[in-house]
Amino acid sequence: MLLDRTGRKPDLWTRGQPDDHAPVLVAWEEWNTQARLGNDPDRLGVEIPNTLAIEDLRPVLSQVGLVAIRFGAFSDGRGLSQARLIRRAGFTGVLRAVGPLIPDEFGFALQCGFDEVELPESSAHRQSEDEWLRSLAAYSHTYQQGYRSRTSILAQRRLARLSKGQSHA
Amino acid sequence: MYRYDEFDAGFVRERVALFRDQVQRRIDGSLTEDEFKPLRLKNGVYLQLHAYMLRVAIPYGTLSSVQLRQLALIGERYDRGYGHLTTRQNIQFNWPKLRDVPDILDLLADVEMHCIQTSGNCIRNVTADHFAGVAADEWIDPRPVCELIRQWSTAHPEFSYLPRKFKIAVTGASHDRAVVKAHDIGLRIVRHPDTGAHGFEVSVGGGLGRTPMIGKVIRDFLPQEELLAYLEAVMRVYNLEGRRDNKYKARIKILVHETGTEALKARIEHEFAQLDGPSINADPEELARIAAYFAPPHYEELPAVSARLEAAKSANPVFADWIDTNGFAHKVAGYRAITISLKGIGEIPGDITSAQMRQVADLADRYSLSEIRVSHNQNLILPNVKNDDLFALWQGLVEAGLATANVGLITDIIACPGLDYCALATARSIPIAQAIAKRFADPARQREIGPLNLNISGCINACGHHHVGQIGILGLEKRGQESYQITLGGDPTEQAAIGEIVGPGLTAEAVPDAIERLVEVYLEARQVGETFIDTFRRIGIGPFKLAFQHNLEGADHVA
Repeated sequence: MLLDRTGRKPDLWTRGQPDDHAPVLVAWEEWNTQARLGNDPDRLGVEIPNTLAIEDLRPVLSQVGLVAIRFGAFSDGRGLSQARLIRRAGFTGVLRAVGPLIPDEFGFALQCGFDEVELPESSAHRQSEDEWLRSLAAYSHTYQQGYRSRTSILAQRRLARLSKGQSHA
Repeated sequence: MYRYDEFDAGFVRERVALFRDQVQRRIDGSLTEDEFKPLRLKNGVYLQLHAYMLRVAIPYGTLSSVQLRQLALIGERYDRGYGHLTTRQNIQFNWPKLRDVPDILDLLADVEMHCIQTSGNCIRNVTADHFAGVAADEWIDPRPVCELIRQWSTAHPEFSYLPRKFKIAVTGASHDRAVVKAHDIGLRIVRHPDTGAHGFEVSVGGGLGRTPMIGKVIRDFLPQEELLAYLEAVMRVYNLEGRRDNKYKARIKILVHETGTEALKARIEHEFAQLDGPSINADPEELARIAAYFAPPHYEELPAVSARLEAAKSANPVFADWIDTNGFAHKVAGYRAITISLKGIGEIPGDITSAQMRQVADLADRYSLSEIRVSHNQNLILPNVKNDDLFALWQGLVEAGLATANVGLITDIIACPGLDYCALATARSIPIAQAIAKRFADPARQREIGPLNLNISGCINACGHHHVGQIGILGLEKRGQESYQITLGGDPTEQAAIGEIVGPGLTAEAVPDAIERLVEVYLEARQVGETFIDTFRRIGIGPFKLAFQHNLEGADHVA
């Protein structure tokens, strides 16, 4: 099951080697820079393990339209930090989390820079689309700043201070 | 003390609703037990030997009388009429039903409390000096910074699935009462030598457990306003590089050890340099907003010496001993901070009944500006007592059975719950603590021995801080039998040290004799003015080993 913040969606990507038709996701282990040259970034993606140093991925980021990060287990948070680093490197394409994530970390994944989650069938048959979307509404506000959240508590307190300052002026 | 604003209050309520939903999803099968486990742990719910256990956060150890009364109610309604203070400024309830937990969380939210991140592989409850704000040797109250860290670390999107648990402690005093060097991150608030600006000395990689390590300083001075970005850098390096192949090697202390302090420091600094500080850090105004809640209360102008106190002391020597032992110098003249010992002889260290909680809450209202502290030593503190009121307070505590005069002495034992409760334990801790306390019950003898901290853990995870006990006792299991290993010379303060093993493991029955023998070595060797740790440092472990060995020949030991 593939999900983004609006719900279930069809997966247009296939795994394997590039051909002329469908967008294709190439495993990092099989990535070969020579073969990639000349391909359309919109139809080429790379799937990386959660142990990869993002420095090593940097040269590839401009050549792909999608980066997928494999989560070995939902409890392994390395992919969340990798996503942050990939976004910081300027990647504007699609960022996908692949693996047995749970609804309770969907919001965290989106905040860290992911766009979508690809679940294995083993979890998809237990967890409904509704549960995944519901989990995004669990917190109205978040305490951190600098993550992809428009509802930072610190930012809202700052705004409140500013407007109070203005009304006193 | 800090009060929730609409955001804090809303957040905690949403968290309770989320946990209710998680319990429901576990029951209907959409979450497996493996998936549910970290979620319940992050809400403080453990599955123990006999039942569930709920761990409630008391952030940086500060409580109001209203909150303490609510804990009394919870203890009465959902536990067996008591609670247990932990060694990290939490309180645990031992017998809740899983289905009741969301209701308990709502009761906590009613008084601005929660169980968020009191367990699990995330950033845990932030701890501080229990005398924060009142200690005479403190130059800045660490609690505003702790509250900022509490908020920043709560439901962190990137750092909620760490390799292992992560503990942060902060102190703003010259004497370290928060054991900062035994934390994953220890922050000491310092002044810049040239500019006088506030900042932090940052240590990483301290920890107890099976591989005890003293934290290494990686930053002598971090400007205060850059704290959150720096924490983010440390956490990101740890989240990406900390080991996940072996839970016993997953703490940041192992990463520091295996990478090397200098190399890891370089990686953290490299990450920090790439961060956009202003987009991460809290404004100085936000810290100021929090700090305003911790502004000193209105203290009366009082003479340093209270005639009433002096008269009561000379009329009542038991009271005088209690004051001398359990009193602590306050930064304001005419006031004192008082530690209420939860280490009555023969009782369970850190346990307090609901009735006692209410009595303490009433006494706090009457004599301590309604404020209470909890310490990692598993005691309570009334931080703001007028000297003039001390005798009346003491009488109230005597009535509550809470006037034991042993703070800092050999019977003020830190002990984890051990095999009586804990699923991880390999040996009992509580009965050992009780037996030692009974052996040294005589108050005059305890005072003669002087300051001595004795810590007991019932397994290698070291919740009882045995590594930093001047006398440490570790309960292990050897071939189906409990075996107690004794260490000497540990130190939890700014001179932090890990204790050294004095000899082979003992049976439970042999422990009190052995402790007595070790204490005798000190009493025989000590010079004028020395405490146990002073004598130990001067003469070394040799004479203690000799006496221990000697004692063994007449006692059972577990070979």
